[in-house]
Amino acid sequence: MRHASALISALSNAALRRRRRRHDRGTTVMVSVAGYGVVLSLALIFIFLAIEVLPLLRNAGVGDPVSYQVPGPDAPTVHITSERYQALAVRITDQADVVFFEPNSGEVVHIEGLNLDAAQVVSFAAAEPRSRLFAVGLDDGRVVVSRHADDVTFFNDEQQVIPKLEHPLGSQPLLMDAQGAAITHLAIQEGATGIAVAATTADGRLLLSRFSARRSFLTGDTEYVTSNHELTSPPDAVTHLLLDITMRILLVADERGTLHYYDVSRPAAAQHLDSRQIMQPGHRISALSYLLGTVSVIVGGSDGSLQQYFLVRDADNIGRLTQVREFTAHPLAIRAIVPEFSRKGFAAVDEGGYLGLHYATSARTLRLRQVSDRPLADVSIAPRNNHIMWLDDGDVFHYASLRNRHPESSLSALWNRVWYEGRNQSEYVWQSSSATDEFEPKFSLVPLSVGTLKAAFYAMLFAMPLAIFGAIYTAYFMSPKMRGVVKPTIEVMEALPTVILGFLAGLWLAPFMESHLPAVFSLLIALPVVMVITAWLWMNLPAPWRSHLPTGWEAAILIPVILFTGWFAITLSPLVEVWFFNGSMRQWFTDVGITYDQRNALVVGIAMGFAVIPTIFSIAEDAVFNVPKHLTQGSLALGATPWQTVLGVVILTASPGIFSAVMIGFGRAIGETMIVLMATGNSPVVNFNIFEGMRTLSANIAVEMPEAAVGGTHYRLLFLAALVLFAFTFVLNTIAEVVRQRLRTRYSSL
Amino acid sequence: MKSIPLRAWFKSGDPWVWLIGGAVSLSLIMVVGLLLLIGVRGLGHFWQPPIVATTVTTADQTRHILGVIRSSETLPAQSVREAGVDVPADQDLVTRHLFHLGNRDLTGQDFAWFTEEHMSAFETPADAIVLERREWGNFYGHLRAVIEDGVVVAEGESAFEALQARLQRSNQLIADSVRLERYEIGRINRDIERQRLEQRRIELNLQLSDDERAARIAASEVEIARLNAEYDVLFDELRALRTSARRDALMAVTSDGQEVIIDLANVVRATQANTMSVMDKLVEYGARFWNFMSGYPREANTEGGIFPAIFGTVMMVFIMSIVVTPFGVLAAIYLREYAKQGPVTRIVRISVNNLAGVPSIVFGVFGLGFFVYFLGGNLDQLFFPEALPAPTFGSPGLIWASLTLALLTLPVVIVSTEEGLTRIPRAMREGSLALGATKAETLWKVIVPVATPAMMTGLILAVARAAGEVAPLMLVGVVKLAPNLPVDGQFPYIHLERRIMHLGFHIYDVGFQSPNAEAARPLVYATALVLVLLILVLNLTAIAIRNRLRERYRSDSE
Repeated sequence: MRHASALISALSNAALRRRRRRHDRGTTVMVSVAGYGVVLSLALIFIFLAIEVLPLLRNAGVGDPVSYQVPGPDAPTVHITSERYQALAVRITDQADVVFFEPNSGEVVHIEGLNLDAAQVVSFAAAEPRSRLFAVGLDDGRVVVSRHADDVTFFNDEQQVIPKLEHPLGSQPLLMDAQGAAITHLAIQEGATGIAVAATTADGRLLLSRFSARRSFLTGDTEYVTSNHELTSPPDAVTHLLLDITMRILLVADERGTLHYYDVSRPAAAQHLDSRQIMQPGHRISALSYLLGTVSVIVGGSDGSLQQYFLVRDADNIGRLTQVREFTAHPLAIRAIVPEFSRKGFAAVDEGGYLGLHYATSARTLRLRQVSDRPLADVSIAPRNNHIMWLDDGDVFHYASLRNRHPESSLSALWNRVWYEGRNQSEYVWQSSSATDEFEPKFSLVPLSVGTLKAAFYAMLFAMPLAIFGAIYTAYFMSPKMRGVVKPTIEVMEALPTVILGFLAGLWLAPFMESHLPAVFSLLIALPVVMVITAWLWMNLPAPWRSHLPTGWEAAILIPVILFTGWFAITLSPLVEVWFFNGSMRQWFTDVGITYDQRNALVVGIAMGFAVIPTIFSIAEDAVFNVPKHLTQGSLALGATPWQTVLGVVILTASPGIFSAVMIGFGRAIGETMIVLMATGNSPVVNFNIFEGMRTLSANIAVEMPEAAVGGTHYRLLFLAALVLFAFTFVLNTIAEVVRQRLRTRYSSL
Repeated sequence: MKSIPLRAWFKSGDPWVWLIGGAVSLSLIMVVGLLLLIGVRGLGHFWQPPIVATTVTTADQTRHILGVIRSSETLPAQSVREAGVDVPADQDLVTRHLFHLGNRDLTGQDFAWFTEEHMSAFETPADAIVLERREWGNFYGHLRAVIEDGVVVAEGESAFEALQARLQRSNQLIADSVRLERYEIGRINRDIERQRLEQRRIELNLQLSDDERAARIAASEVEIARLNAEYDVLFDELRALRTSARRDALMAVTSDGQEVIIDLANVVRATQANTMSVMDKLVEYGARFWNFMSGYPREANTEGGIFPAIFGTVMMVFIMSIVVTPFGVLAAIYLREYAKQGPVTRIVRISVNNLAGVPSIVFGVFGLGFFVYFLGGNLDQLFFPEALPAPTFGSPGLIWASLTLALLTLPVVIVSTEEGLTRIPRAMREGSLALGATKAETLWKVIVPVATPAMMTGLILAVARAAGEVAPLMLVGVVKLAPNLPVDGQFPYIHLERRIMHLGFHIYDVGFQSPNAEAARPLVYATALVLVLLILVLNLTAIAIRNRLRERYRSDSE
């Protein structure tokens, strides 16, 4: 066609135009889609992080309950609880009949009674929910200990739970009180060493029985060795008893609202160690329960109050019952408190039909709502915290779904001092995991934030003078030829992978500094002095010598001088240690009471400073270099020396640029991961000691993220840390960018 | 001018100029010193130093040692005394040497410090050999004899030559058996695994009738049986190779007189370091360097090569480039050429700019949550239900690492391309439009070709940044030791879901997580050198392109 005619026919012209228009429009669409796509995907980062974090703030939710009259024998209920696999609910009556039933429908699966030997049940106690152990006290001084358990079988690929009762101490009632008085109150607990039961009798005596577990060599079965004890000086009018899993602590509550602490680690020599008036006069303790791990005890009062206590050792090394925190009070007297299976939370129900969900560590009340017009008698939380059941006074059973995923986090738990179990005072601690089930996770962001700021602070302390001074010199004093080499060299530093800086800092610099501490400190002082002396000597050299090197090469002259000073200081370092520090400066630090870690903030400061120098240098140098020439020349023409011009004109004019350089450098130091990961010990301490390490938010993410359970509180908190880093650096950079753009307009208008 | 009073001199500000000049000198010294440190230590890793023999005499024992001096230092006598070394009371300073003694299987201690005062003069015995072994690290000793099937075949002077010849044979056999194991047997194992998954898929497929299901499973079972038979044949072959490789051994004496017999199958290379000429050492250097670059890691990554790490890094960066280039370039074109220039564009531009300053670990967290768990998890549900609960794409892997880094480097490409686009003179655009070209034609035929170097610069800078990032990769895809490369002869040839090894992570892992940190250190330096060189070359290329570009437009516009 090209040969046929140079002109394009009208027909093909129209077709061509259509094709070109399609092409044009297609390009527009493609480019716009890519543009929007990129912007959206970048926004997605922020949105996604926020979505992952938001559930942390959510309160607990309870679904619509199914309610029905409790199934099984028509007798008053003393206790409800859930079976291990949450497929079943368990109800125990005052005839000691145990009813296993489907919580959704109320359909009875299994009923089994205890062998009471014709006696009457007068008291009841349950151990920690996860042990599923309970005991009933009889009117003839005997007790029955039993465990609601189940066999799980698979039939046709379907899980079948067959409930049953187990009797670890035998199905016969055990004689606890040889005098045969009725058991009025009871406590039971199972620990690693066996089972303990505490009881009060109708005639006011306080008894303790220990069943120590022994594993038989031959059969592998567990046998129990029984020992019965009577405690001296029991309080009168006991209302509650509690035993802990270490079998050392017996707590007794009485009518006047006092809690008594007995040390029963040696039951034969049990001691009353502490008493504490917990309730205001006129009120009594109406519910008492341990939390998971039986360290903290939650006291519910007849005034609706909920308080947490545990034993804190005082100066004499004696545990004292200490109030740790209070929870939002219920309007009426607390009837029952039940701990969660696997966390430090609990549910409480009261006389006014209110159901409350609380969490100890975060002091959070996740939900407090009236669920019934009638007083509530008992409550139980499913093992996986996904269902809750409660019982009202009319023996109506309610079963509802529960959503309570992240009770551990609250603003105060993240940012305030928290009094953790087993500690002597409230502290900032980050300790996300441990080997035991009873562990209380400690999620304080303070140590991590302090560590982040500490690392960034020391890095800036090292980098700022070097980078800013260097930038001013390079832009204003240095000869252009040298500048052509220096600037790219320092800028190439920026591309250096931080993993290499971190590796050198951790494996080379840290041990080197530890063995050459005197050199490090003497260089800090000696270098500036040597530089000034060199300048003075240079000034006083004969003029012909000096003319070999024009001005603007001062930095080049200083290089050998600095190298020599450094070599000298390092060679002298061991001698200095011998002369002044008794052979080891490191040891000397320890002797004068300064903690010194090999991988410390000083090392991080230097390594990370090294990483941010090019960032600051490059931006600050641009700002100084672009100061309009007529300003500086005007100043020089008026007789100011170059240095005076720098101080009075250059720095002043370029200060916004220098400020934004520092901001961007700071942002980089805040988020740097590999250097701090490798050059510190990663211990989350809260101090600014230059000779100790730290753990930063970013290093913490790198260390813990791979092992955090997806969707858990820990996981989301790490997302929160990432979000905080993101927002913080984004804001810093935006400020810097806006300042820089303003400066650019100002330069162009000058 | 001859002599200015000190006070006036200070007032003039000259000393302060020198002082801030010192800041530049110090920065330069640090940069150059750091590069030199890595360079010297990294390159030194492959150089065979002389094997030194000496006698260490302390109060309680006399010990003959044979090894290589790793480093030396002088320190106050006090700190050595605290470590339990006997130093005369009047002595203030002590010089000591760190010896690499090797023979970890015999003594359990392959590195030891010895103070110079306790040593006799250094000797370099001619018959000292160093063996690089597949297990237990280096061996230092004196060669006595070469043994074949328990019979001595060479002794004395001729032993070393005979050793080299036999070593070549055994290395060849080992290489063959590794190849057999890695490729042939590996293929069969994967085929069997695929059949297992296929069976599971058939079971999950509800549309099939019971008969058809049974038939298909039976067919798969037949296939598995066939593969197993094939496996047995190959395994016999492998066993034969291994037996044959174990034929030869050598006998050597350690420095303390212990006679040792070492299977040649366990020896990678043998060197008689003290009789080598400089030329020999250079050849040896080249061979070791090549082994390092092309070999697989051994002994928990502390020995051997880093080929999988180089391969993984390159592969990841390559996939990242494929993703980031079109999106970055198109986004830049949109922002500069298509979007209405106003406050919104400005905000977007600043935001994109700022994303370059967001900590990389944040991208890692996002990648883990969004790509791995959300996207990957859903992909598994949809396409790989037969493998569940074992994740296919729902765990960290190559593709997610590449995508995360693509997101991380997107701002770099956008900013660089935009810069290139702004530099294009208006006249070029307007000329094209005035000749009747559409906007798209102007874009593709005029603007993009001219801006290509800028895009290249952006891409190279992105690659350099990506190659050096480690923190996000720790969450989304790198692994200490990957059993397989992400590319192999198995369908679909590129395995995007596999985890990769990475140079930067290798440095972190070997330097900080390895049980024998001292032994691994030279290797870490060498790895660091490779990484630094890679990144420096990339950056310098980018700078060169950018400079040439600036020159070109300067001449164009003038």
